[in-house]
Amino acid sequence: MVDIRLASEVPPFHIVADSTEPKHLVTPGSLITKETGFMRGHGTYMQDDCLYSSVAGVVERVNQLISVRPLKSRYHGEIGDVVIGRVTEVSQKRWKLDTNARLDSVLLLQSVNLPGGELRRRSAEDELAMRQYLKEGDLVSAEVQNIFNDGALSLHTRSMKYGKLSQGCLIKVSPSLIRRQKTHFHNLPCGASIIMGNNGFVWICPTLLDDGAGGFVQNLETVPHADRQAISRLRNCVTALAHCKMMIYDTSIMHAYEASVNAGLEIKDLLLPDKIKEIALMVRKQFEMEKE
Amino acid sequence: MAEILLSEAEKAFIHHGVQDDLRCDGRTRLDYRPIILETGLVSNASGSARLRLANSDILVGVKVELASPLPDKPQEGRLEFFVDCSANATPEFEGRGGEDLANEICRFLQRSYASGDTINLSELSVLTGQQCWVLYVDILILECGGNLYDAVSLAVKSALYATQIPSIKVATMDGDQPELELSDDPYDTKRLNTQNIPCVVTLMKIGNHYLVDPTPEEECCSSSGIVVAVSGNKKITAVRKIGSGSLHPDSLVSMLKQTGSEVGAVVNTILMKKLLEEETLEVSQKVGFMR
Repeated sequence: MVDIRLASEVPPFHIVADSTEPKHLVTPGSLITKETGFMRGHGTYMQDDCLYSSVAGVVERVNQLISVRPLKSRYHGEIGDVVIGRVTEVSQKRWKLDTNARLDSVLLLQSVNLPGGELRRRSAEDELAMRQYLKEGDLVSAEVQNIFNDGALSLHTRSMKYGKLSQGCLIKVSPSLIRRQKTHFHNLPCGASIIMGNNGFVWICPTLLDDGAGGFVQNLETVPHADRQAISRLRNCVTALAHCKMMIYDTSIMHAYEASVNAGLEIKDLLLPDKIKEIALMVRKQFEMEKE
Repeated sequence: MAEILLSEAEKAFIHHGVQDDLRCDGRTRLDYRPIILETGLVSNASGSARLRLANSDILVGVKVELASPLPDKPQEGRLEFFVDCSANATPEFEGRGGEDLANEICRFLQRSYASGDTINLSELSVLTGQQCWVLYVDILILECGGNLYDAVSLAVKSALYATQIPSIKVATMDGDQPELELSDDPYDTKRLNTQNIPCVVTLMKIGNHYLVDPTPEEECCSSSGIVVAVSGNKKITAVRKIGSGSLHPDSLVSMLKQTGSEVGAVVNTILMKKLLEEETLEVSQKVGFMR
């Protein structure tokens, strides 16, 4: 019922992340190179002809361009990314969405599919009915359509797979832990669907049916107990992976899920620090076995 | 409390989960999230504790000082609480934003410690009517992850447990002025009896059920709840209702009786066990903030 443990009993997590330590870890202010002839990329600054890091992260080099990818940051959007956002404001012809970026993202009325699916010009009535489609607090899956000059993102939901999200559970992780993939929508074999937004928002919900997606209807019926268990377990697996700074994508999540089932762990056990570490180590082992 | 936005469907999901006795993170209604505790990590406080309950992070420091007792209680020392909500926890706490919440927590603590059953304040008396110890309990909220009352009360109890009060003797009476003599040995200290100090249990009502240790999302779904302070001998020392909704008398009674005091007693016992265990640890095993 209650689990209190001393800080000294909690295992350190840093050793779990990866067997091969990333080589070029830097902290703010650390020297990257003294050589000239390199270009200054994101996360770096030039001082006295030397290149320094301005964030804590991993140095990346593409030809002459040196940049530092921060371990922890706000979401830096790119066109084509799948994101999940929460509506924070309804204003003239647009919704403002919180997507964990530096600025609120914008979803224009003209870049959503209206219910009914017909393509037409947006009339004044549509503008008045905006709050019926999406209101403050609603969650939306969308794609980055454009990046404004100030860095704010413009989103669109013009595909049947995007749209308002119904029942389920949202987890917020660091955006750098989400691996870019061909698809960010997965129907997992354990009986739940997952959407991994590039912005670090992960959505877990009961298996999506193809016809239900993309609309503005929400199903408020009770989710069956078995589905709920799968969702809770997945949720705890994702938080466990994020806690150990392991990459989050469909394979790693399924490994964690299976590992937790095989180890006979209850869902709530996955919240305990020692179990989190156990799961992370098992996932790593699984990956190493697959490599061989 | 820091308000968060949730959609209707998410609220429904949480509601049904509580009905089903399976919350979003797999806990049942009467389960706490794991708590991580450490005492004695602030070297220049008389007693300190840091407690993490999931994402709620609380740091408590206790400082003892000599002062004159209150005129109506000449034989007792006193406790003074002060809560500070760091703007690191949520941007809403910036400036005076956290003040209301801080005052709320502060007043509730004061009230739950006011009962004579919780702590023997005459232990803090040095010289009747003239000198007594005052314990300044400073609480810093570093991160907000829901269920602040419980986390704060557990941290305060741990810090008071670890508090070392220097031994003091009245050496001579110079006319009316007493001369106090502090022991030369810094380890010559006494400890408070913290056995009966109350733990606070928050019970949130969602639908027709109540649950302990709500996450911020669950707090957002609930319209009402109660905060109960349960002392070590299972007595309820203070109750406060939170939220705008109403409670039926029957459900209030069952919340108080069955759940509140029972959960409180369990939390108390486990906390005391852990604190005892920590005393046997060596100093080098302290973790602190660097991890």
